[in-house]
Amino acid sequence: MARFNETNLATAHEIIARYPRPKSALIPLLHLAQEQDGYVTDEAMRQIADLVGVTPAEVIGTGSFYEMFRFEPTGRYLINICGTMSCALLGASDLLHAAERTLGIHAGGTTADGMFTLHQAECQAACTEAPCLQVNYRYRFRMTPDGVEQLIDDLRAGRLDDEIPPHGTLARVRQHIPADRGVGAVDPDAVDGPPAWIPVTVEGAGS
Amino acid sequence: MSDYAWAPGFVAGDRPRIVTSRFEHEDSYTLARYEATGGYAGLRAALARPAADVHEEVRASTLLGRGGAGFPAGVKWGLTPQGVFPRYLVVNGDESEPGTYKDRLLMERDPHQLIEGCLIACYAAGLSRCFLYIRGEMALAQERVATALNEAYAAGYIGKNILGSEFSVDIVLHWGAGAYVVGEETALIESLEGNRGMPRLKPPYFPAAIGLYGKPTIVNNVETLSNLPWIAHHGAAAYTSIGTESSPGTRMVAVSGHVRRPGVYEIVNGTTTFRDLIYGDEFCQGIRDGNELKAFVPGGGSAPWFLPDQLDLPFEGRLVGAAGSMLGSGAIMVMDSTTDIPSAALTLTKFYAHESCGKCVPCREGGTWLMRILERVVEGQGTQDDLDLLLEVGGSICPGSMPHAASSELGLEATPFPYRMTTICFVGPSAYVPVHSALTLFRSEFESRVAPSRSKTRIPVTAIGGER
Repeated sequence: MARFNETNLATAHEIIARYPRPKSALIPLLHLAQEQDGYVTDEAMRQIADLVGVTPAEVIGTGSFYEMFRFEPTGRYLINICGTMSCALLGASDLLHAAERTLGIHAGGTTADGMFTLHQAECQAACTEAPCLQVNYRYRFRMTPDGVEQLIDDLRAGRLDDEIPPHGTLARVRQHIPADRGVGAVDPDAVDGPPAWIPVTVEGAGS
Repeated sequence: MSDYAWAPGFVAGDRPRIVTSRFEHEDSYTLARYEATGGYAGLRAALARPAADVHEEVRASTLLGRGGAGFPAGVKWGLTPQGVFPRYLVVNGDESEPGTYKDRLLMERDPHQLIEGCLIACYAAGLSRCFLYIRGEMALAQERVATALNEAYAAGYIGKNILGSEFSVDIVLHWGAGAYVVGEETALIESLEGNRGMPRLKPPYFPAAIGLYGKPTIVNNVETLSNLPWIAHHGAAAYTSIGTESSPGTRMVAVSGHVRRPGVYEIVNGTTTFRDLIYGDEFCQGIRDGNELKAFVPGGGSAPWFLPDQLDLPFEGRLVGAAGSMLGSGAIMVMDSTTDIPSAALTLTKFYAHESCGKCVPCREGGTWLMRILERVVEGQGTQDDLDLLLEVGGSICPGSMPHAASSELGLEATPFPYRMTTICFVGPSAYVPVHSALTLFRSEFESRVAPSRSKTRIPVTAIGGER
């Protein structure tokens, strides 16, 4: 389970090929691992290290810096309730209390059935729609405590399955660069002249 | 509350619009709609001219960067060293400043406009690969931009020999994973290289000279690039005819908090006042429940606060700077008379303390200290000494005088922006800014909830347990 499946391994190679240096693919590959398994496993980090040519320590070194990566089993639904300024001004703490009460856990915890993980999050960039929250990074705007209860009920009953994929999946559309259209990544040190559309005589593009 | 159900938060109004002109269409994010509404005309116009001319046009437009610093984009492109290649474009879509969400809307509602802007920038400045870095938490924006990129590749707008020309460039979509500091351009580059997102020391080397993979790199904000198709299509003169000489064009502003109609508005740059924005009929329509305005943050969570005294200032960078704050990322957060000022300051300080990358000690330690002391004060456990301690700790992040607004009630003159700082980037100072603003402008609210200073007993070093 932890190793990339065949489809994801092909996707991983496709992602790595887009970067002039493979280590740049580290964060996208951690996302891919999290999408496959719901969180980032040790096994996945070892494989990513092999794929991009760094040590496993470097993979966790980078990965642990970023809040979205989870290194332990996480609920199918990660509920992030914003607690920053505009949401706080408009009652974000009531949302958090409603979620804690309904789920029977504190912020930071996961329900025993593995369905929900609850977090108090920092600004989610929807400040005019405060107070807001995200479920697996899908927004719910202008929420109320009742709305939070309803949302949890809907998620439990599977009524939002079409809209909200399990934790780990971000965009459901991936970029694909067609082989006949892509320019391709080039080693930065192998380039010594200006690109074709910049005449050598005026190189510097107007500078 | 939006003019269009499909763009929550956006209010169109009856104003010139450059970057949000397609928002009225529900399918504004599709290639079909984009092409039907003048899309990619700017790219065609650009490709018909030498790259240097296009660069000159952008320079003449005085398009200012919209990420926070407000540096002219055309000038930034010109800072790459002569004869050093390859050069990269990194698009900063890691929008996370509290109060701000213009870039998210631009990516969700008009991704092709951003893509066209990237292409024009790459053509004009000779940049041969573009990385579009989108904040990790923005799933819909990632989905829309990915779809748009796939459409644009298939239609021949991106990739090899674009529209039959010699111009060839790839645009690579990259997602972040949750780190505010990565919005700082050198941290963004570190993150893109697969590292922890910690800012690099600068000067001496700015990304335009030594950036991604050690090569010249231009980092531009999403809104900045979204202006380029219009400029390339209509020309610099048409652009500078909107707005003011020092701040041409339009600007996206998000107004949130205790107002009747919070929203994201595209406003004419430099002329609209804060009073217009907060009280105007076409904008926020005043304070909720008929309450009084107490204070507002004029330019994102990092900006020093303003009072009702500053309402008649226009939303213009230099004037706001002279008045003691900054426009930053274009986000106003409004607090009404019911607001508990120490608690409001705490939510912001907590944000920045939490987001410290840990590289610079004054930020890593100072931010947490500020948060803990402020928590104590808010919970009623603080003393008078704590208020002085807050300023002392803050002073280790920002030595010397701090910018602040004038107050007629307190008889206080303004101290202009910026501040001095002991950290590489603005995260550390931003943890202190709300504390300093709140304490300077609303000190009585703090004094009323702290106990008097504890009496200090001096214990002589040698006297413990001994005879005196």
